Order: sequence, then structure tokens, then C-alpha cells
Amino acid sequence: MHIQLKEIHKFYGPVHANQGIDLTVDSGTIHGILGENGAGKSTLMKILAGYIQKSSGEILLDGQAVEFRNPAMASRMGIGMLYQDPLDFPPLTVLENFMLGQVQGTRLSQAGWGAKLQELAQHFDFQLDPHAPLATLTVGERQQLELLRLLSLGARLLILDEPTTGISPVQKQVLFHALKKLAREGKTVLVVSHKIEDVEALCDRVTILRQGRVTGEMDAPFDSETILAHMFGTPPVAPPKCAKEAGGEVLAFRQVSAQGGRAGLKDCTVSFQRGQVVGLAGLEGSGQGVFLRLAAGLQRPLKGAVFLDGRDMRGADHHEFKRRGVTFLPTARLEEGLIPGLSITEHFALAACRQTFLVPWLDALKEARTRVERFKIRGTPETSVEGLSGGNQQRLLLSLIPPSPKVLLLEQPTRGLDVESAHWMWQHLLGLCDQGTTILFSSAELDEILMVADRVLVFFNGRIVLDVTAAQADPERIGAAIAGRAPDSE
Amino acid sequence: MQRAKGIEVKSVVVQVAATLALAFSFTTVVVLLSGEPPLAAYGHIVAGSVGSWLKVAQVLRVWVPLVLCSCGLLYTFQIGLWNIGVEGQVILGAIAATAVLRWGAAVGAPTGILSLSLLAAMGCGGLWALAAGILKTRGGVNEIFAGLGLNFVAVGIILWLIFGPWKRPGIASMSGTEPFARELWLPTVAGWRISPYALAAALGVLVLTWWTLKYTRVGLACRAIGRNPHASFLLGLRPDRWMLVAMMLAGGLAGLAGAYQVLAVYHRLIPAISSNYGYLSLLVVMLANYRWVWIPPIAFFFAALNVGSIQLPMMLQMDSSLAGVIQGSLVLATLVVHGWARRRQRAS
Repeated sequence: MHIQLKEIHKFYGPVHANQGIDLTVDSGTIHGILGENGAGKSTLMKILAGYIQKSSGEILLDGQAVEFRNPAMASRMGIGMLYQDPLDFPPLTVLENFMLGQVQGTRLSQAGWGAKLQELAQHFDFQLDPHAPLATLTVGERQQLELLRLLSLGARLLILDEPTTGISPVQKQVLFHALKKLAREGKTVLVVSHKIEDVEALCDRVTILRQGRVTGEMDAPFDSETILAHMFGTPPVAPPKCAKEAGGEVLAFRQVSAQGGRAGLKDCTVSFQRGQVVGLAGLEGSGQGVFLRLAAGLQRPLKGAVFLDGRDMRGADHHEFKRRGVTFLPTARLEEGLIPGLSITEHFALAACRQTFLVPWLDALKEARTRVERFKIRGTPETSVEGLSGGNQQRLLLSLIPPSPKVLLLEQPTRGLDVESAHWMWQHLLGLCDQGTTILFSSAELDEILMVADRVLVFFNGRIVLDVTAAQADPERIGAAIAGRAPDSE
Repeated sequence: MQRAKGIEVKSVVVQVAATLALAFSFTTVVVLLSGEPPLAAYGHIVAGSVGSWLKVAQVLRVWVPLVLCSCGLLYTFQIGLWNIGVEGQVILGAIAATAVLRWGAAVGAPTGILSLSLLAAMGCGGLWALAAGILKTRGGVNEIFAGLGLNFVAVGIILWLIFGPWKRPGIASMSGTEPFARELWLPTVAGWRISPYALAAALGVLVLTWWTLKYTRVGLACRAIGRNPHASFLLGLRPDRWMLVAMMLAGGLAGLAGAYQVLAVYHRLIPAISSNYGYLSLLVVMLANYRWVWIPPIAFFFAALNVGSIQLPMMLQMDSSLAGVIQGSLVLATLVVHGWARRRQRAS
């Protein structure tokens, strides 16, 4: 199937996720879509699969213009998408999952479908037991099953979103083998990835996205240096940071392992000094989210311990961490950080006022007035927080931070903020830092990390693969480490 | 601002009209299907509930326990819990009140005994709710299942008591335990069909609930946790503990309603002592859109339906369960109309 996308735009409210993307994919090829988090890859693929609707632009399949209003329409046109998290039914068996969506009418011939499944599986060297409950399968096997189901539904274009995440090296080989076979048979394959090595091993051609736009296209063999430059851009020269005297150790991880995210966190030992600003880089789910939650006491380590001011914090919960000066600001502001339906004043009554039986409403109102003014929040004390813009919600969260925190943990603090808000926020935070606060923040924007951090940690697959000071941090080295190219990563 | 308010009032009026139209057209179809004239049925319900002062007093007798339970449910709904177990909490309150009265019958000092029985009812109802809360917060059992399970247990206990240890001398029957002596009835005023003390208590509880939810930390914590438990935790609250507090408050008030049923209505313990007022209160609070100010009128309306529909079997060949049909379809219609309004709001 020949695919042509013309001038695709997608707006999520004020967010412009796809900004006029043109893409052409020839039949019988494996085409890679590369880019860092938030580059617009998944959005584009979901548009092609009918899962979301484009704001404007044109989709041509074999030269015919098409409009998808739902995934079923795309599926009828021969488009099948394998989502990052398999959309299947764990309580059912392999065969039942295979039959879902294919069987019409009320008569089920399990034997017939079983034979069909076996035949397809053999064709691709997949080992699948039709009667095993799906819940006993690995992610890789579930992916194989989903692939067979899509093919059986008549898919001529297969879209795979980050297919190598969470599967074993052997399964990866089997999958790549199968995909190449499919391409030889004339099917078209689109692979979304952030891993350069996967793209190199698999694709005939690659399109690179960055911040919602196409930044480059090239044919195999690829030059990874050029790919990296297209993926991460050339960041502006970082301004010289004030050479602060690093203070004593504030926070330390000793051989900490934990679950969570896609990769968990594996055997992590690292320590942080007073007044440091540390940027946590890495693709989403590489371990930095778990790391921040462990440092906040929101999650308990499976092994190892977190130390705060030299004190072993095993067994302490988030409130204990909080009492000792740790503040955590989650990335999902309205889902995790603020309480929709409550006003600004009510937030101050909860977080910044005396905890008496009668709520000191007058104090809370006074506090709210002062801080709304000081933090330039566009709203009144009576405003419900869901009525604030993203930037103003972030300002409110900042204004709720207790005075002079010891450790400030920020999860993607500038996500969804405009440049001005982001700039304002960092000015405020670096001010705190001068008073001795240690700041750890994760970010999908390499530019941001290089701009403000004194030290950069790069996470890959649950491990810290690079730990450098700002002076040693050049964008190429960090970009390579993010994509799994650090010398000690594998 | 002024205009926005005008639009809001208009949309509320439209919503209420749509809800009533939906509910009553459904009920009318049900009545027609049963082959009876709908207008006559509604007429009998109105006449049977507010047709005379005597009837109004009877409605108020039902109104009191509905208001008590509904106020309690405000706490649990605010914190995001479905306290289905309110029915069992009413029963446990009734049992506790009966236990104190049986013990106190020989002691004398009726005022002391009555007060003690009220306290015991609140305590027992609260503990019964606490059990559901602990199952939820510690055991990971959904509070709906925990509450339903405990309701069955409560029914089991009350039947066992009535047919076992507390049975009337000689015979055990569905009509309940031996009635209490007059001095152990909730005091009333001569010529009043409803105890003014109970009415005053219900109003007092209503005001207290309003005040607690608006001005105290309990209300703020319930509101915050109900809307976002995760963020509340980050802002320093402990959602689990507050959930237990909310459950205890709801259970305590439900227990008080149970005691009222024993002390002021039946003067003994009967198997159907709760009269399903717990479940009915869930509907009242939902219909009131979880706002205290709407609870008194809606509770009155529901009580009127219950009392008025008693006329139906006498005057027409109909069962009194029509009241339940109206109540249920009203709540469903409310939820549907709310859903529509939300969807339209999102679309625009």
C-alpha cells in the first residue's frame, strides 16, 4: 500500500502536536519514524490508524483520498496498528483473542480458526499455544498474536508503535525477521521508535520528527550522527552558570532497585549535594519517573535505601519526607498535583495554613491574595483551579511549595508551558537554589536540561548510563546516551 | 457575570423540567400498563400525603430518618465513597437502641436511658460503617461490596434477635419484640403526631452538617479527597484516615435514624425496622446533587410519596410500590439529564 500524508495538522486545544507533516511511504518498504518524546510520532500514527482525527490535511492511500472517523474504518481500508501497550483481553485465551473482531455471526468454529492461527504462526516462526490464557504470555508473544490478528483481518499497512520496548532480544530478532518477510511480500510497515539501533537494523527509509515537524528524511544506510542532530536539534549555547560551592550531601541512593514505569530502576547508587541543580534526561519511562518518586518517598524501593541528610529513610512515607523538607511536583498538574473543583483559597487552606479544626478561612484568603500577586497567577482566590491555564496552574503549584525546601523534585516541570512561563519558573526556582535548595528535575527537552542544570544524569532502560557535570555535558554525548549509545549501556 | 448567572438559572430550569417530564412519563406508562387511570393515582398520592395536617405529620415521621441518613451520606459522597452499607447501619442503630432500652427497662430513670440508647445507636452505626471503611482502606474491598455484605449480616442479626434471644414470651413472630413501656417512648407533646424533639434534632443535624462541611477541616478534607485523593495526599492529607472519619459520621447518623425508628415510630424492634430508608436516602442525596440545601425538600417529597402511596391499594387496584417506581425513575432521569447536560457542555 502506498501512503501519502499531506500537510497534517493536529491541535490538542492550544497544543500544536503535528505542524504540517508531509510523509510518503512506498509499498513493500519498512519505514521508520524517529523522534524524541513529544515529537508528534504517536499522534501522527494514531491519525493514520483512525484512532484520533486530524485537524486538517489529507491522507491518500494508493492515490485515493480517505477520511477516517474511527479505527474500524481504517481497519476496513487495510490499516492495522499495534499499539505500544497491547490492546488485548488477558482473561481470554490466545485463540479467543485471535478470533475477536474477525468472527461474524453466532457460529464459532474454533477448529477452523485454530488451524488458521497455526498456519499464520508457522509462516512467521512464532510459537503460540492457541489454548494458553493470554495472561500467561510475555509482551513479545502478545505482540506476535496481535500482529497475526491484524494480518488475518487483511491489514496491508502495519503500524508498530515502539515495538521493541519490553520484549527480549530473541523476540526482537523474530519480530524483525517477520517484518522483513512481510515487506518482501508487498506489505507496508511503519515503525515508530526512538531507538536508533532498531531503525538501523530494520528500516529502508526513515523520517525524523522534532517538535511536530519533519526535520529530516534519509535512506539506509544511515549515519547516526546526522540522525541524532535531526532528533535533538542543535541546542543554543548554554549560558555560564554561577559556580556555586557544592555543599554537603543531602540526598543519596544506595543500590536502589524498584519497579514502575516501563523499565523500573535497577541498582542505582548516586548522591546529590546542597544547592545542586540536576537534570534527569532520558526517554519517558526509562527510570527517571520512578527515581523521583523514590526520592519523594511516594514509592518504596524493593532493594537498597534512600538517605536524606544521612538518615536511612526506609519505612518512611511521603509525609515523613515532606516534613524533612522534600517537595515533589508531579507532571500531571491537574491529575496529581491540584484538586479540580477546589478554589485557590481552598488549596492554601489545605497546604499552607494552620491545621486547626476550624479552617482559618480568613488567613487562607489573605495568603491566597498575597501569593496570587507574588506569583503573578492570573486568577482570583475564588477561581477554581481547573479554570486556570497550564502556566498558571504551574505557578500555583510553585506557590504552594513550603518556604526554603531542602530538596525539590520536579517531574517534567515545563511540559505544556509556553516559553515565557517556563522562563519565569526557572528564574524563581534558581532563586531557591541560591538559598541552598537541591533541585532534581526530569525533562524531555535536552535544551532545557543543558540550559539550567549543573549536572546531568541520563537514564536508559532503568539505569543511570551517564552522570556528568554541566561542563562535560555536550549535547551529542547526551543525545547518544539517551538513545542507548553510552559506552556502558548494554 | 450577570448574564452567565441568567443562563445558568435557565439551564437549571430546563434540566428540572426535562427530568420531571422523563420520570413522570415513564411512571404514567407503568400505571397505564397496569390498567389504572394515572391522574387518579397521582391524585390519591397527593391527597394521601398532604391532604390534611394529620397526613403531613405522618410524612414528617418519615422525613426525619431520611434527613438524618441523607446528612450522613453527604460526608461519604463528598469524600467519594458509595456508602451502600447505610441500610445496615440503620439496623445496627436500631438494635443498639433496643438493647439499651431492654436493659434499662428495669433500671428506671427513663430520660437517662433514652439518651444512652441514642448514644449507643450512633456508636454502633458508626462502628458498622467503620467496618466497611476498614475493609475498603486496609483490605482493598470496594466499599459497595463491603457495605452490601454487611447489610446482609445486619439483617441476619436482627432476625436472629427477634426470633431468638429477644422473642416475645411464648411466641416469636415477624411483628417483632415486646413493645416498650410508654415512658421509654421518645417524648412528644400532647396532640402532636410527630415528636417535636425529633423534628428539632433533624433540623439541628442538618445545620450542623452544613456548618461542618463549610467551616471545618472535616468538610475541606472530604471535598479535597473526593475530588483528587492523590493530590490531597501530596498536599498533606491522609485519604485513608479521612475516609474512616467520613464513614463513622455517616454510620453514626444512620444509627440515630435507626434509634428514631425504635423510640418514636415502632416502640419495639421489628425485622423491617429500617423500612429501606437507608437506600432511599442514597436516592435523596443523588437527586439533591449532593447539596445539603436540597435535602429537606427532596426528603419531604420522597416521604410524601411513601406515605401517599399507601392509599393506592385501598382506593385503586394498585400496589403501593408505585412510590418506588416514581422515586427510582426520578433518580435515573436526573442522572440521564445530568449526563446529557455534561455532554453538551463538553461539545460546546
